[in-house]
Amino acid sequence: MFEILEKHHIGPGVNRAVISAPEIARAHRPGQFIILRAHADGERIPLTVADKDPEKGTITLIWQEVGATTYYMGTMSVGERLADLCGPLGKPTHVEKFGTVVCVGGGIGVAPLYPITKAMHDAGNHVITILGARTEGLLIMTDDMKKVSTELLISTDDGSFGIHGFVTQVLQDLIDKREKLHLCVAIGPVPMMKAVVNVTRKANLPTVVSLNPIMVDGTGMCGACRVEVAGKTMFGCVDGPEFDGFEVDFDLLTKRLAMYKGPELISLNKFKESPRGCECGFPGGAA
Amino acid sequence: MTEKEAQPKRPKIPRQKMPEQDPIRRARNFYEVALGYDNDLALLEASRCLHCKKPFCMTGCPVEVDIPDFVEMVKAGDYVGAAWKIKEKNALPRIAGRVCPQESQCESKCVLYKKGKGEACAIGRLERFVADYAAMHGCELPPMPEPSGLKVGVVGSGPAGLTLAGALIKRGIAVTVFEALHELGGVLVYGIPEFRLPKAIVRSEVDELRRLGVEFKTNWVVGRIETVDDLLHKKKYDGVFIGTGAGAPLFLRIPGENLNGVYSANEFLTRSNLMKAYLFPEADTPVAKGRRVAVFGGGNVAMDAARTSLRLGAEEVSIVYRRTMDELPARAEEVHHAVEEGVKFQLLCSPLEIVGNEAGWAVGVNCQKMQLGEPDASGRRRPVPIPGDTFHLECDTVIVAIGNAANPLVPSTTNGLEVNKWGNIVADLDTGKTSKDRVWAGGDIVTGAATVILAMGAGRKAALSMLKEFGIGC
Repeated sequence: MFEILEKHHIGPGVNRAVISAPEIARAHRPGQFIILRAHADGERIPLTVADKDPEKGTITLIWQEVGATTYYMGTMSVGERLADLCGPLGKPTHVEKFGTVVCVGGGIGVAPLYPITKAMHDAGNHVITILGARTEGLLIMTDDMKKVSTELLISTDDGSFGIHGFVTQVLQDLIDKREKLHLCVAIGPVPMMKAVVNVTRKANLPTVVSLNPIMVDGTGMCGACRVEVAGKTMFGCVDGPEFDGFEVDFDLLTKRLAMYKGPELISLNKFKESPRGCECGFPGGAA
Repeated sequence: MTEKEAQPKRPKIPRQKMPEQDPIRRARNFYEVALGYDNDLALLEASRCLHCKKPFCMTGCPVEVDIPDFVEMVKAGDYVGAAWKIKEKNALPRIAGRVCPQESQCESKCVLYKKGKGEACAIGRLERFVADYAAMHGCELPPMPEPSGLKVGVVGSGPAGLTLAGALIKRGIAVTVFEALHELGGVLVYGIPEFRLPKAIVRSEVDELRRLGVEFKTNWVVGRIETVDDLLHKKKYDGVFIGTGAGAPLFLRIPGENLNGVYSANEFLTRSNLMKAYLFPEADTPVAKGRRVAVFGGGNVAMDAARTSLRLGAEEVSIVYRRTMDELPARAEEVHHAVEEGVKFQLLCSPLEIVGNEAGWAVGVNCQKMQLGEPDASGRRRPVPIPGDTFHLECDTVIVAIGNAANPLVPSTTNGLEVNKWGNIVADLDTGKTSKDRVWAGGDIVTGAATVILAMGAGRKAALSMLKEFGIGC
């Protein structure tokens, strides 16, 4: 179980792996996530499923190396196994024919956005996808996204590829010159989601965001993943991970995500000094 | 001189204390607090048992262990036999011997105690001794019956589910236990701390069930991978037992509860126990190591959280509780241990607000002083605020240990399963039968948060009810 069948670097510090997990592949719905432990002393971390193949019994995970677990996974090879993989967790995305749906993905957030975009497309929506990254090398899954989008717009902060600017500018242009848009789905770093919501709120365009709070069990037992939505405390793992973007307290989420910054660095440094950590040589500009 | 008077009077043997780690030392380590009897202490304590014809002690045991019989075997030095005698009724004696509140169960019915003449026979300590002895001396498994061809699915590997699994497998029923976490044992591994119940002991009890033939599936979220209905209809299980526990933490809903440094007891204990944060950075999972810690609540979980905080290195740990020492719902032994180790008690005190700094971290709690008023529905005197009497308690970590609600994941994905207004599954307390055909439930998901042994009792009753329904004699 949980054997790595394929693995590729798809960007600096960004990996894509196909993993054997037949039950999860069969049961997974767009928007749901998994929790994994890479090894016996590892943390439980949530990752959203980027793709699946129920026939082959595999799921695809995409991750950026930012902490001890994700760096460790970066050093894993085909044939190795994750210690634990639990899921699918969280509520699936509400998919129906809305009309025109704008899917906005930033950085590594494009990975969880892909199955949702595909589902929206399959449901008969006109899907306009906006992908953004700091620079060309950090853009991921553009070919996959192209196949499931009616229109695909790409921007980079430094102008190295596509439109020069932020996804929010592309979104604003779209809103300014476009006929009716019915729904926006935005997944990416917290500042990006917050900025997207600031744009869509003015246009009164309903916006779904997928949150990534710190989690431990992922089944509603611990409450580590508390987020505030419309002034109410919700658990990201069981009430989410998707919420109404207009109502999310992004500042609280940012603060809570920083809760273990110190220990996270200690863990990472410890891993870097381990035999496995030395081996990987830490390619690429993570985080 | 009558015959009776001629007998030499037996010397009165006092109840034998169990050796413990020194409080000062143990408050800074995670090793087990209680060290257990040795042979001599066990024999001495067992000799106190009167072997009553009418064993009242058994009526106090939720799983009806044959107490006089097993104690008699201890007297004879047959410790392994004594362990199997217990295991006829209780699959997890190493665990029950450690976490059962015996003083309010079997030992409260002991004739030695009831006559007002002295202290009860230390049944729990003897149970622990023989079960540990049997585990150390690798006793052989009992003969197993022919497979019945029936199979039962168990949702959750906590004390209720494990007990049921043990009872059914010994009657030839195949059992598969589904667990959402990566380790087996439920609250026994994520909730109860290492220093009260070493995880190696839970593993050994689980391993024994595995050797008996129970199948375990970890990382398996029933309700998500497949539902209870799938288990019954697609996977053709003859019965399903739901023992998912009370796994949804309650908060006070006061301002500041989402500040950094504020934990549910579930999260704090899960990080420390299941994820071994006390070993950080050897284990990757961190937990805030507070300097000054406030724990809200007065139950066993609050005591566990407070004592864990001390062991993680806190300078000051305070239990914040609305009533007085007399009303603390925690077991007397746990309170005693906490006091010995240096936990402070802010009594008659109710949190109003958690105060935070700019960066979003907790820095203190504003508290309301209370006094006891008229008795409430529970018979305890209701705490009422003393107007104007508030104070500030400085702290950097807050642990909310005020209880758990039912986790809705399994009930909400099971067709036709009745739940009450709190979300607990409605089940017959004598049989565990639910409103749904071939589905039983027991433990905290039915009763709300209670004790390990009551969950074990519910698992045992459900197992007996299943056997009856399957037409297998008990």
